[in-house]
Amino acid sequence: MAERLPVKKTYKLFIGGAFPRSESGRTYEAEGQNVARASRKDVRDAVRSARAAQPGWAAATAYNRGQVLYRLAEMVEARVPEFAELCSGRGEVERSIDRIVWYAGWADKLPQVLGGANPVAGPYFNFTVPEPTGVVAVLAPQEPPLLGLVTRLLPPLVGGNAVVAVASEARPLAAVELAEAIATSDVPGGVVNLLTGSADELGPVLAAHMDVNALDLAGADGSAPELERLAADNVKRVVRGRNDAQSPWEIASFLELKTVWHPLGQ
Amino acid sequence: MAQAPVLPAGFQLPLEARLPRIGSVDAVALEERSASLAKRSIKREAKVWALTLAIRTTDLTTLEGSDTPGKAAALASKARRPDPADGSVPPVAAVCVYPNLVPAVRERLAGSGVKVAAVATGFPSGQYPTAIKVADVRSAVELGADEIDMVIDRGAFLSGRYAKVYDEIVQVKEACGEAHLKVILETGELGTYDNVRRATLLSIAAGADFVKTSTGKISPAATLPVALCMLEAIRDVYEETGRRVGFKAAGGIRQAKQAIQHLVLVHETLGPDWLSPDLYRLGASSLLNDILMQLRKERTGAYQSPDYFTLD
Amino acid sequence: MTEIVPTGWTYASAPESREIVRIADRYGHFVGGEWLEAAETYETIAPRDEEVLAAVGQGTQADVDRAVAAARGAYADGWSSLPGSERAKYLFRIARLLQERSREFAVLESLNGGKPIKESRDVDLPLAAAHFFYYAGWADKLEYAFPNRRPKAIGVAGQIIPWNFPLLMLAWKIAPAIACGNTVVLKPAETTPLTALLFCDVLRQAELPAGVVNIVTGDGRTGAAIVEHEDVDKIAFTGSTEVGKAIQRELAGSGKKLTLELGGKAANIVFDDAALDQAVEGIVNGIYFNQGHVCCAGSRLFVQESVYEPLVAKLKRRLATLRVGDPLDKNTDVGAINSAAQLEKIRELVASGEEEGAEIYQPPCTLPEQGYWFAPTVFTNVAQSYRIAQEEIFGPVLSVLTFRTPDEAVEKANNTPYGLSAGVWTEKGSRILWMAQRLRAGVVWANTYNRFDPTSPFGGYKESGFGREGGRHGLEPYLDFEESEAFGG
Repeated sequence: MAERLPVKKTYKLFIGGAFPRSESGRTYEAEGQNVARASRKDVRDAVRSARAAQPGWAAATAYNRGQVLYRLAEMVEARVPEFAELCSGRGEVERSIDRIVWYAGWADKLPQVLGGANPVAGPYFNFTVPEPTGVVAVLAPQEPPLLGLVTRLLPPLVGGNAVVAVASEARPLAAVELAEAIATSDVPGGVVNLLTGSADELGPVLAAHMDVNALDLAGADGSAPELERLAADNVKRVVRGRNDAQSPWEIASFLELKTVWHPLGQ
Repeated sequence: MAQAPVLPAGFQLPLEARLPRIGSVDAVALEERSASLAKRSIKREAKVWALTLAIRTTDLTTLEGSDTPGKAAALASKARRPDPADGSVPPVAAVCVYPNLVPAVRERLAGSGVKVAAVATGFPSGQYPTAIKVADVRSAVELGADEIDMVIDRGAFLSGRYAKVYDEIVQVKEACGEAHLKVILETGELGTYDNVRRATLLSIAAGADFVKTSTGKISPAATLPVALCMLEAIRDVYEETGRRVGFKAAGGIRQAKQAIQHLVLVHETLGPDWLSPDLYRLGASSLLNDILMQLRKERTGAYQSPDYFTLD
Repeated sequence: MTEIVPTGWTYASAPESREIVRIADRYGHFVGGEWLEAAETYETIAPRDEEVLAAVGQGTQADVDRAVAAARGAYADGWSSLPGSERAKYLFRIARLLQERSREFAVLESLNGGKPIKESRDVDLPLAAAHFFYYAGWADKLEYAFPNRRPKAIGVAGQIIPWNFPLLMLAWKIAPAIACGNTVVLKPAETTPLTALLFCDVLRQAELPAGVVNIVTGDGRTGAAIVEHEDVDKIAFTGSTEVGKAIQRELAGSGKKLTLELGGKAANIVFDDAALDQAVEGIVNGIYFNQGHVCCAGSRLFVQESVYEPLVAKLKRRLATLRVGDPLDKNTDVGAINSAAQLEKIRELVASGEEEGAEIYQPPCTLPEQGYWFAPTVFTNVAQSYRIAQEEIFGPVLSVLTFRTPDEAVEKANNTPYGLSAGVWTEKGSRILWMAQRLRAGVVWANTYNRFDPTSPFGGYKESGFGREGGRHGLEPYLDFEESEAFGG
């Protein structure tokens, strides 16, 4: 008796909460699968989606953002076996889930640690609050395929930014699986966009994009100086993301600080 | 120079004219209060009473460039007998149309007690010279309108020319003659609740019989917080001068549930006196069928299908 | 043509069904993850009609000893040495479970305590769940909350909570305590034990290790046994100032850590440039929310004389629209008074107000025959020295006084041994900040009232207590610190 033939999965991009193919129609082979190969126009579409979705995400309460990210952890936890097959194993998946939970818990605490009232010399009330910078482009580390992406994705998200991320070129399947978990959590469409394809091709497009506010170069080993030069055209905040970091200061790299004054008087 | 406002017959002004304090409106608290009132749970006989009141206070409306005498007459038939299958359903308060359609509506409504309301003053934008707008009103009245729904000059209001806004309303009121005047603020363009309150008090001072939220042509229109803001201003006028001004919520009210929420707002802000067509109107079109469906559901216990209610 | 309309549109009753919650006939104490049979019990009732809901345990010394031992065992057994990220996940589970079972808890809270379902559903439950969610996130981040201080858990915390926000107060106590690695023995108020007991089922579903949270029910005697217990390292008490002082005396010299959240007599100050209708909403919320059973209630209304008449007229009119009735009716605005004892206290103080010469106003209101009820009340012509302006009434009774200038308002507002909260109503930003700076109160609400959030620290000045709950500061009472050697700590 022949073994049952499984239905083969199509690996697509994740843009605006939907799963389109690359507008270029291109694919490439990775991990034995045919995977969409994103083009500069896909980058354009992803940035547009991110920009459209970002104000709503930033305007949600911090509590809501925390809950949404916790829900993402729930969705990944529900798929541990699938994820384990696409990365180094169960251990990496569990560390990734715990890292999502860790960052989720920061959403409603950031101004308490990063901001505060400033005792200026004069009859003024003065306070500083952190705010999201806007749209963040992330070049995910090439390895580890799941934990590396999660490590760089969560810090900008927690702070209220929207993200366009380029997955690991050689190991993109974990990223696509994560996109599916994101799509079934309560993360609003467009807040996270994931592109599979060539970092060498897509990196410069993101670095030069005038409507991207910050650039995380975690996955860009060799070409960083060129990308940093392109980023200067609209004074992007350039972050050299660390593959395995877990710290509120990672979140702070993607936040602006606003200080407000108001007189005190009868 | 403006004329003194035209007052309802029999109303005596005190020797010193009084206006309530203009003051400010706190947006967060206003929105919370209206949200809290929107959670009132109205069931069974109270719900049937409310739905029936909603029908009795509806201004059934069509305001399209494509309106024809045929369309307007069909709407008028619906207005005088909303549910042929249920004789206990009352007629609506009025039919609201563009001036050209007034004669067709008037003819179909003859003998029914349902009023004819016409929009005028260069509705919906109001961006025309005052003389044109006043002539628009006069001709609508000549065509047979019982009620006039005018728009304020938002361009003038937003550029701080309050006297111009006031003068126009006074002139329009005069041109109305016997017809009663509703003044549309177009709250969605005014930007803040503070402005809505100011515009409400200004319109009332200038002689409005009713103040109305919106033209229905833009969004946001008659939201609950904006309605509450205007009702509070109406209440302040009543407290200060004894004068009762009516309120019309128009635009964006498509579901029976929303209509009931609006009625709760009136009930808890102004009290039962305002719950009558003399002082309250709901401007709507598709709302009527939703109310009819809800009424039938209350009576039969089963959820209804739109197929059983006529589209006119 | 004016029509005749009914004189009032009476909303039909809209009761929330109580079938969603199952109440047992009898409860024991929850100790070491198990239900202990209670040797002594008493009856807990529904204040709306005095229906007996269940028999619950009257915790004895032996019960308290067992609970503390279980807490100590769980603490030593590893709760504090469990990685913070694991503790966090337990708290996240509890938060999510409370969210899911929110309606069930809200109905039980309203039934047992008397507050309107609208409040328990829309305020108490969401805040309780949010409190657990917030503190879950701190469990593995304590070193960021207290840089350089090396925070660690204290041990066993004894917690005694009041009857006005039973489940919410439980959340305010338990969440930070266990997030920091402590274990807990908690006693709910005598009249409102049921949501705490149902909470034990959430602990079961969350699989919280046995003994981390222990619930012992009972009256003041049970509370005293917890306070006096040698093996309890920290006491947290929310309740009356009188009992708070007694606890502070009892613990003097013992080295035990203590936080107190006591009574208040908050000033709610309205300036003539306030947004008046919204100020009225805030005043009403300030004193009639939860029938005035709120420590931070705005019970002294200070109105600037220049706006006195319109404001008081609006206030009285607004009172007449308050719906007093069955707590389980979704349209009820003001519910039942929690107990016969509290009702008596309110009556006594209201009588004193009339005797001392204040003018009383109560809107017409039909109160049910059975159960404990009091109509919303406002006193005008109140002098600062009247008992109704000095003593905490803890009921739906407002005293109205006047002032002329901001200085005078501050002086009168601060002229009290209490210092929990205050309200300021003005459209002028600089005045809000100026007043906030000068008011001796732990919480100042400007153009709003009775707003709570897990991120926002809450607690009093002076006799309203010390210590803060909520926010980063809410962690401090539940931690010991090894100060860095470099700073001589």
